[in-house]
Amino acid sequence: MADVVLQNVSKSFGRDDAVIDMTMSIDNGSFVVLLGPTGAGKTTTLRLISGLEKMDTGSISIDGRVVDNETPAQRDVAMVFQQYSLYPHLSVRDNLAFPLRSPILNTPKADIEKKVNEVADILQITAKLDNRATELSGGEMQRVSIGRALVRDPAIYLMDEPLSSLDARLRADLRIELKRIHSDLGSTLLYVTHDQIEAMTMATKVGVLQEGRLVQFGTPREIYENPNSVYVASRLGLPRINILPGDLFPGTADAAHSIGLRPENIEYGQGIEAAVKRVEHLGDQTRLHMDLNGHNIIALSPAGNPYAAGSTIKIQPVNPLCFDESGYRIAGRHA
Amino acid sequence: MSYSVTEPSSRQKWIAGTLVITYALITMVPLLWIMMTSFKTPPDSISYPPKVMYQPSLEGYVNLFTTRTRVSPERLAALPPPENFAEEIVRNRNMVIAGPSKFGGRFLNSVIIGFGSTFLSVFLGTLAAYAFSRFKIPLADDLLFFILSTRMMPPIAVAIPIFLMYRKLGLTDTHLGMILLYTAVNISLAVWLLKGFIDEIPREYEEAALIDGYTRFQAFYKVVLPQAATGIASTAIFCLIFAWNEYAFAVLLTSGTAQTAPPFIPTIIGVGGLDWPAIAAGATLFLLPVMIFTVMLRKHLLRGITFGAVRK
Repeated sequence: MADVVLQNVSKSFGRDDAVIDMTMSIDNGSFVVLLGPTGAGKTTTLRLISGLEKMDTGSISIDGRVVDNETPAQRDVAMVFQQYSLYPHLSVRDNLAFPLRSPILNTPKADIEKKVNEVADILQITAKLDNRATELSGGEMQRVSIGRALVRDPAIYLMDEPLSSLDARLRADLRIELKRIHSDLGSTLLYVTHDQIEAMTMATKVGVLQEGRLVQFGTPREIYENPNSVYVASRLGLPRINILPGDLFPGTADAAHSIGLRPENIEYGQGIEAAVKRVEHLGDQTRLHMDLNGHNIIALSPAGNPYAAGSTIKIQPVNPLCFDESGYRIAGRHA
Repeated sequence: MSYSVTEPSSRQKWIAGTLVITYALITMVPLLWIMMTSFKTPPDSISYPPKVMYQPSLEGYVNLFTTRTRVSPERLAALPPPENFAEEIVRNRNMVIAGPSKFGGRFLNSVIIGFGSTFLSVFLGTLAAYAFSRFKIPLADDLLFFILSTRMMPPIAVAIPIFLMYRKLGLTDTHLGMILLYTAVNISLAVWLLKGFIDEIPREYEEAALIDGYTRFQAFYKVVLPQAATGIASTAIFCLIFAWNEYAFAVLLTSGTAQTAPPFIPTIIGVGGLDWPAIAAGATLFLLPVMIFTVMLRKHLLRGITFGAVRK
């Protein structure tokens, strides 16, 4: 377990900048989730920390030690890949034991046995230990590959969208499992995903990436309640935040070029008329798709679902987020 | 004609099976003929019309492994009774065994040179293919093209320069010389075949091993190699078949110490004409190692041929 610090790290592949001037510190024992769409530089960041890629400029230190010139083996990190992570020619047991048998750890046989059984127990794969890796289901494979990281006690666990290839139920189960492992072991985790639910539920800190830059870093609540740009605001929240022109509603702060309305920022009954185009019943919530002077708005229907498609409602914003012309957050509240 | 993806009908299967078996039988006739000839006596082997039913004899094999001298009937009668079946066969032709023939040594040469060059080609080919597949090598495409281009003409086209070079270097008629030559011919095939196989192995496996605490070479050895086994096995078979059967260079560059079986077998001359059963016996024995090797690796070979098609 250790602090991991990135100092002005940049990396480009040919003409493409994958990571630009990233400075981030991952505190000992924290669960940091990097959130961003495909191509935002999430995976590259993990690979730079693990040493699979060499950065162009900047510096990375793990536990106070600069690791820029160390091999992946020397850095003492564990990584869970998105896929293809199990050695197909080995049994589950040998897959789990593989890191422990490395020349660096060179663990005694009895300890390997103990550790493997322990991890198999946590991940509920004990019955499959003697199967070949290729004989597992997708969920079991991913559990084993998480297990292969857990048998070690590395400075940091790096996880590259480990749950993205699994079905929804398994994903929910493993999410809870990972969170439990984190709180039980007190380990440091850096977790990459494009799934906001994973970010919100597991993270102690969320880093939002945009085209290779770390644009905001904070607790999930901070990121949700206090996003510093339109981009960050759109990353979190279901349904998505509605971005509307600043002058749509009277009384918004003068400088606001646009305002962001999350479902909870919308009040019904007063204000401007909006036409309900479609009502979506999702079971636990009902969404209203509305047209407000030519702008699409998605909001949550109030309890009782009083509105039907074709009806009109008056709505007004409550404490919207205000943004300037380039999409940055500015102070300013609706009157 | 319509196409279907469903199971073929039993009639279709029957027709397909008949065709395949007929084809297999036709291609096997020469092999069968050689094996049959190897068990004939010399008179049977040249009788006309050819005999299909005959009294089998081991004379061909005895002649293949021995040299013999003719003796007068009086001296033959004075000899003690024959010690084994071989001597008995030979004495029936008024001869005695003078000593072993060179076939054993030539066969051993073939084994050393064939397997030696196969091992070397596959060993170097695997390392080169891995490097081409995984590392950024300057001019990689040009280098690969150059390696391929060594096969763009028949190897025998460079026979004369190689002959002159080998004479200068003292490699003529040496095991090392032949191993190097066959390796040089096979290596382009090995690199290209193996590169394809290694390209198919996801990099994530090695990267996982690197992070798990292994060095690059250990990752190669423990993770890539076991997964490339199929490709390595099928490449090895192709290399062995070429090196084992090669005739032209063997005739040109070997005559004694390093002579392989292919140029030797046709030179087996009997007394009063070519000894066809002995030649056939040599050819039959010569077929065995590649056959055994191929049968041993046949699972890998089949999977190797369909590799690109079924994975992913």
